[in-house]
Amino acid sequence: MGAYILRRLISAIPVLLGITVIVFAIMEMIPGDPATAILGSYATPENVEKLNRELGLDKPAVQRYFIWLGNMLTGDFGQSYALNRPVLDEVLERFGATLILAGVAFVLCSGLGVLAGVVSAARQYGPADRAITFVVLLGISIPSFFLGMMMILLFAVKLRWLPVSGMYAIYGGGDLQDLLRHLVMPASALAVVATGVIARLSRGAMLEVLRQDFIRTARAKGVPERRVIQGHALRAAMVGIIPVLGIQAGFVLSGAVYIEMVFQWPGVGRMLVDAILKRDILLVQGGVVFVAACYVLFNIVVDVAQSLLDPRIKT
Amino acid sequence: MQLFDWTRRGFIAVLGAAALSGLAPALQAQTPPGVLIVGQIAEPKALDPAAVTAVNDFRILMNVYDGLVRYKSGTLEVEPALATSWTISEDGTEYTFKLREGVTFHDGSALTADVVKFNFDRMLQDDHPYHDTGPFPLSFFFSSIDATEVVDPLTVKFTLSAPYAPFLSNLAYPTGLIVSQAAVEKFGADFGRNPSGTGPFKFAEWRSNEAVVVERNPDYWDGAPSLEAVVFRPITDANTRTAEMLAGGIDLMVEVPPVALSQFQGDAFSVVEQAGPHVWFLILNAKEGPFANKLVRQAANYAVNKGALVNDVLEGTAEVAAGPTPPAFAWAYNDALEPYPYDPEKARALLAEAGEEDLSLTFYVTEGGSGMLDPVAMGTAIQADLEAVGFDVKIETYEWNTFLGNVNPGLEGKADMAEMAWMTNDPDTLPFLALRTEAWPDKGGFNSGYYSNPEVDTLLEEARVATDQAERAALYKKMQVIVQEDAPWVFVANWKQNAVTSDKVEHFALEPSFFLLLKDVVKN
Repeated sequence: MGAYILRRLISAIPVLLGITVIVFAIMEMIPGDPATAILGSYATPENVEKLNRELGLDKPAVQRYFIWLGNMLTGDFGQSYALNRPVLDEVLERFGATLILAGVAFVLCSGLGVLAGVVSAARQYGPADRAITFVVLLGISIPSFFLGMMMILLFAVKLRWLPVSGMYAIYGGGDLQDLLRHLVMPASALAVVATGVIARLSRGAMLEVLRQDFIRTARAKGVPERRVIQGHALRAAMVGIIPVLGIQAGFVLSGAVYIEMVFQWPGVGRMLVDAILKRDILLVQGGVVFVAACYVLFNIVVDVAQSLLDPRIKT
Repeated sequence: MQLFDWTRRGFIAVLGAAALSGLAPALQAQTPPGVLIVGQIAEPKALDPAAVTAVNDFRILMNVYDGLVRYKSGTLEVEPALATSWTISEDGTEYTFKLREGVTFHDGSALTADVVKFNFDRMLQDDHPYHDTGPFPLSFFFSSIDATEVVDPLTVKFTLSAPYAPFLSNLAYPTGLIVSQAAVEKFGADFGRNPSGTGPFKFAEWRSNEAVVVERNPDYWDGAPSLEAVVFRPITDANTRTAEMLAGGIDLMVEVPPVALSQFQGDAFSVVEQAGPHVWFLILNAKEGPFANKLVRQAANYAVNKGALVNDVLEGTAEVAAGPTPPAFAWAYNDALEPYPYDPEKARALLAEAGEEDLSLTFYVTEGGSGMLDPVAMGTAIQADLEAVGFDVKIETYEWNTFLGNVNPGLEGKADMAEMAWMTNDPDTLPFLALRTEAWPDKGGFNSGYYSNPEVDTLLEEARVATDQAERAALYKKMQVIVQEDAPWVFVANWKQNAVTSDKVEHFALEPSFFLLLKDVVKN
């Protein structure tokens, strides 16, 4: 197992190097540069050249790539032009916020999704199944940013139950309760689509298992229905459901970008959008590399976990 | 049945928990009295006035720092601030300022001539020990300064390389705000996050991506402000900013989207408007294509329905522009100038007279950008107006930075027309940088449409070296008449900056400078 993990870690290196090349090349190719973005209307060729020189952007691209890569290996991601603070500080802070949002949304959508799927399957074509299916399809069809705005209008502007945006109250906040109050709307809006997908697929996986012989045997032996569903069927169905959860985790993370914009959640998605518009090259590059590295690591962890759980997967 | 019971209980538990976490703290707390919460459009870059360029950042800085001079309330004319008086030498190259006595920075250090010299040397001298606290993108505002000298502890003298009339108004611009030397020396490159000035509010806290907090400076030389504190919250999404304002999460909102204004009609809010030194125009390529002909350029000015643009597209958040100089520069603006009326018949007649065969145009439109208002909708409306009189207009749309990268180097060989907007602090800036022959792109200026009229060149150069305001005003007024007639641009709109305040906010006004001054604001 140790050798397997090591092998997977080594194989991640070329992936990450490839990502650095791609993100650097893209930032190099898109028109406009940080100096133009900073100077705005005052971006005369002369001013742009002077500012680019002061920002260290006058060197050839290849040289800049290797300087950037070298610095990164020593843990120095550089300084953001637009925010005037170290890239790594900003990325870590923002990534933490995204993890909280996406993590809570993921817990919500996995829990509710699997629950809804199981209930649907156990009561196939019954009223509960029909009701759940209707709600689930509705949820899948509503764009999350639209849902987010509607939630703001209802719960924050009309009813004033919840804060409109942000992560903490400006005054008197900062504790867990404050965070939760700010989390309710964005996390729910983010979880809705994934909940629907998980519910539909869990229902399918459960139905498939419920038709199998061992379920009939269990029922014939007089095992209570609740234990048949929870103990026998769900357990077997989880093998099919877990990979779906893995994929949905990715969707939740990328979906966080829109939600972060709507709710002004200070996460990494909103940071990247702002940084791209401001041509904040180092922040975009550093942010993408960091997120990509986390993704790669997450995948390795999932693979390792799966191989531990399911002996059929060879290490 | 057991399963169903269990899940029903589960559902009830989940729903109950969700409802509790939401409902428990009753209604949203209102913002505390004495504390003004301002919805800003973005996170500031830094709170070092020499290092930033965005109006968004200036809104904070103008409340934390003072300059040697400032704009008189409600005007764009300078009055004393940290300097109590000044003299200008006969030849207009030496400016000597007497500093106010007993002014201290928030960090306790005193305002002296040495500090003022430090401020300008830091920005302008590449070998200054603190030049590396930059870069200073707008330092060219002061590039005419040859030397800054300390005459005595409270007298400082600037020697300019040539007479430069906009110098005083540039000193009133945020780039000229005076920072504490002691604080720069203490924090170095981190000064932008640990600012210290002499202004009515002192910096308290900067929580990244959440808020910048400034507190009352009880010792302010011009009278302490009535607010205890101001919180600047970055809310980049305009819809979310509007929702925060409606929900009472912020007390003051700037840059209200035109479509959202109707939401704030009730008694609970007041909408404040102020025209500023802004002009929105179309650059016409006078070097080649149909717009090389003056009659065609004038025809375009008659063809565009500017009234419909400002009233329908911009919902009344702008006024029709008459010429290249915005009316906010009251002393330099030519009142006699009437905007080109909307007259498609006249436009067709001019086009017939010009006899241009090919009226196909490439029109650069941007998706957004500083001061660009609603560029896509405006571009489409303009396209329709021009096509109605016989032009054939093809729109090319670009993201803002890409757009600038295309337009600033000049339109030659690429386009016939481009949207543009400027906000400036002196009537000199825009025409000097964008209308002179010497400002063609290959000479480092912004005259991207290659307009050239020697008479205009002379007027602008004379105005720049004249230190007498009445003399300058006469020159600018004459320039406006000629430029309007020559029509190097289609003059479209002057933006009225707007803001919304809640009914708890009093004594709030917007300035023509577009700065946000909060010293006299009261929050109940």
